[in-house]
Parts: sequence; C-alpha cells; structure tokens
Amino acid sequence: MNFDVAFGQYCEGDSILHRLDPRAKIIMSLLYIVDVFLAKNVFAFALLTSFTVAMAVLSRIKPRILLRGLKPVIFIMIFTGVINVFWYRGAEGAKPLVDWWIFTIYPAGILNAVLIVLRVVLLIAGTSLILTYTTTPLALTDGLERLLSPLAKIKVPVHEFSLMMTIALRFIPTLIEETGKIMDAQKARGASFSEGSLVKRAKALIPVLVPLFASSFRRADELAVAMECRCYRGGKGRTRMNVLKATFKDFAGVIVIILLGVSLVLLNKYTDAFALGF
Amino acid sequence: MNLNTEKCAAEFRGVSFTYNKGIAYEKKAVRSVSLKIYGGCVTGLIGSTGSGKSTLIKMLNGLVKPDEGEVIVDGTNIWDKKVKIRDVRFKVGLVMQYPEYQLFDETVSEDIAFGPKNMGISGDELKRRVAEAAKFSGLDPDLLEKSPFDISGGQKRRAALAGVIAMTPSLLVLDEPAAGLDPAGRREILGRIKNYQRESGNSVVIVSHSMEDVAKYCDRLAVMNKGEIVLYDETDRVFSHGEELRDMGLDVPEITKVAEELARLGVDVGNDVYTVKYAAERLIEKYGLGK
Repeated sequence: MNFDVAFGQYCEGDSILHRLDPRAKIIMSLLYIVDVFLAKNVFAFALLTSFTVAMAVLSRIKPRILLRGLKPVIFIMIFTGVINVFWYRGAEGAKPLVDWWIFTIYPAGILNAVLIVLRVVLLIAGTSLILTYTTTPLALTDGLERLLSPLAKIKVPVHEFSLMMTIALRFIPTLIEETGKIMDAQKARGASFSEGSLVKRAKALIPVLVPLFASSFRRADELAVAMECRCYRGGKGRTRMNVLKATFKDFAGVIVIILLGVSLVLLNKYTDAFALGF
Repeated sequence: MNLNTEKCAAEFRGVSFTYNKGIAYEKKAVRSVSLKIYGGCVTGLIGSTGSGKSTLIKMLNGLVKPDEGEVIVDGTNIWDKKVKIRDVRFKVGLVMQYPEYQLFDETVSEDIAFGPKNMGISGDELKRRVAEAAKFSGLDPDLLEKSPFDISGGQKRRAALAGVIAMTPSLLVLDEPAAGLDPAGRREILGRIKNYQRESGNSVVIVSHSMEDVAKYCDRLAVMNKGEIVLYDETDRVFSHGEELRDMGLDVPEITKVAEELARLGVDVGNDVYTVKYAAERLIEKYGLGK
C-alpha cells in the first residue's frame, strides 16, 4: 500500500520561511488565502504567481516535493477546469471557438478555466509553503495555542485543544505504519482489499479496522499513564521550554502579505485585462 | 537430521529492494540476495536490527515486490503474470512480528478460520482445520469460543500462530515468534513450531535475535548483514565463525563461548558446538570423561 498523503509533511530546512514565528506564519497563511481570492484579472494573477514562486525559491524546497503535494487535488483541478471551459461564455455576443453538438467553447471560457485552476494550485502551494512544509507540527500547534490563548478567558479549553491536536498529529505516522502492518498481516492470511464489489471491499476492511481501533485505545491508555507518571495536570501554571518571541521579521512577513493583497486589489481595479467571470 | 537438500522450498535469485526509492529517505534494505531455502527443515535467519531480515521474508509471500531478481516458490516465479499472488500466500504462511495485534474476529475460532475461509474452505473441513491448528499451537479447546481480546498475551500469540497454521502452508515463515515472551513461553512456542515442522514435514523459516533459540531449534542458519547474506550453512558451521558474528553486532550461544574459552585454556572441543548436549558429547568423545 502506498501512502502518498502530503499531510503535515515538514521539510527540514533553514530558510527565512522556516525561521519565522509560527504565529506569524498562521496569520500569514490566512491572509494569503484571502489574497488568492482577491486576485481577479490576469495582472493580479501574474503578481500572485510570481510572489508564490518567489516564496518557493526562498524556502529552498525542491519543486518536485511541491508538485507531489499537488497530486491529491489533481482530480479537483481537472474537474473545475473542464466545468469552467464549458460553462463560461464571456462577454455577450462573443464568438465560440468550438461549436459542436452540445459542446460550445468560448475563448473566455478557456482563459477562465486556466485562472481558476491556477487559483487552486496557488492556494495549495502557497499555504503549504508558508505552513506545512516549513513549520514542524509541534511549532504549528504551539503557535495556534498562543494565538487562541485570549479565548481561554471565556473558558474555552485552548490548551487542551492544542494538546489534542499535538497528540493527533504525533500519531498520524504511527497509525499509518500500523495500518500498513495490519494490512500486510491480513493479506498474508489471504485477505484482498482490491477485489470484488464495493460492499465486499468495505467488509474486507473490518479485519484491519478492528485491530487498528484496539491498538489505538491501547496506545491512548499507555500515553495517559505515561503523562500522569510525569505529573501532567493540564495547562494551568505550565511553563514552556521554548517561548515564542515575535521579532521584526515576523511583523514584516505579515505586512508583506497585507501589501500583496492591497496591490492585487489595485491591479484588479486599475489595469484593464481579462478578468475572472465570477 | 534428515536434511532434504534436493527439495527446495523457496529460492531467492538476486533479489534487491530499496525503500522510498527516489526520495530523500532512500534506504537499500536488501542487496542482491541469492538463497535457497531447503525443504523439510527449520531455517533460521539472524542479523542485527535493520539488516533486512523482515523485508527479505516479506518477499517470500509477495508482500514486498523485489526491485530486481526473482522469488521462486514451488518452482515458479511468484511474480510471473500467470501466478495469482493470493495463491502464493496460501503456500507461504507468514506470521508477522507481534501477530497478536492482528486478531479481530468475535471468537478465537472464527479468527483462526479467517485464512482457510479466504482459501474457500468451509464446513467440516474448516472445523477440522481450526481444531487441528489450535491443537498444534497449544490452545485450550475451551478458549476457542472466547473473544480474542479476552485472553492472555501468550494465548493471543498462539491464536495468531494457529490462524496461519490453519492454512497448512508448505512453507511457514515466522518473524520473531518468541519476541516479548517469558522463557517458558519461548520454549513452548518454539517447541511447538519445531514439532509442527517434524510432524507435517513442511519447511519453516524463523527470524530471530536470540542465538540460543536458533541454536536449539534451527537446522540451518542464514546470517544477514546490511542487506546481504554473509553466511549460510548448517547451524554448527555458522557458529564456528564467532569472530565474524560479533563484528556484525551478533553473538554466539553461551555454550559456544564456553567452548572458545576452553580452547584458549587448551581443552579443544571445537568452536562449532552450539548446544550443551552436543558439547558434552564432544567432551566425552575426546577425553572419555563420561563414566
């Protein structure tokens, strides 16, 4: 079984993106998502694309790894692309490029489709560059906890949530490995996961899921005991080993993303070029 | 020992395997291994952690497909287009490490029946096989109707072993079958495996870290180091390479160490003794100290 999931795939490195404060990076990626949806016309998209490419260069992450991260959404990309090619006509009275049977394709439709697909690509590549590829899962939850800590004043259990997230992230690779082992063991007894009807395949998963659940509960139990042995009592009064400190470059990073958004809006407004239909 | 070297249970022909091929964490686990596993005997596979033992045995039933080379079981290449890999898995029964974590069914007997059922066996034949496999692995008949989650660790291990034996594989492969058991449990499970081999006449491969265990139960030994087979011979001959084994982070049985020490003191019983019984015989033979 191949697990090609690019989930929390941290790529070791020492670039400026790696060194930013995780809190800054969380805010930056949220703003970046807004930016991606602000871009409307070709010039805005050009700026956004070059900005993302510049980030990729700065991060020193291999393009191959970035492309692999796009693999899981290829289907969505193709789907939205095809839909847009057929559905968008552009300005009233435009001449169709192809007009055959029920298929009519307008030039605007093709351009629209390209921009929409580009939007998906930028969205995924950009956020994974800012967050998942350059931030360890631990730093990520740490940053999230600190960002949400004001909510603790209104009795939201922020520390507990972030601990749950840390534990969940920590156990994803373990569970993937465990799933592989159990599947191998059942395959060795003649189980088959890729044959038969959908119902049959779903049933074939029972011999995998039952031991997987059993071992998850066992692990949870062991972890709880281990934590209690080290006198863990929850978030109150806990100090940290690594205290996050925001510096000038963290603020600069956030400001850069905001400026990017402003320039995108200006480009949309003051340049005259093909723009997305919706 | 009637070693049937004519009959070959399985063979590796120049197999190699690399994990994570092409990305940063590439790791060559098996490097062009050629090895014949003989029929009707217990073969031990030893090697330090990460030497590629587990990967190699997973190739025997097609859980791992070699990048290069061929795996021959029963005279046919298992990756031949005409061969169904599931059929290979019924011929080569693999018991993985800590197999007790693969138990899933409502009762122990149903869990044991999982393999044979996948083979298409049902009715009385299925019942007979379950009962026989349970007997072979030493499971109490009254445990059979219990949930596999309600029995003890050692019993779970035996239930998992029975689940593979019930498929009556002609080659039974076990990855550290005694890991994590107490000495009595080790003796019990390994003794039963040896017994199974003797009574059924089938072949067995045992992967182990314990030199004492392989010395006691294996007829032949293959030693792996860094993905290669470095020694493959009858057990006594392998243990006469004490120095080499130690260099690979392995060891020799305690009694072999005693023999080496005796040799240093001038009492030469040979450096290839690997069980106490054998050492005693040698001493009697050489010095006639028996009476």
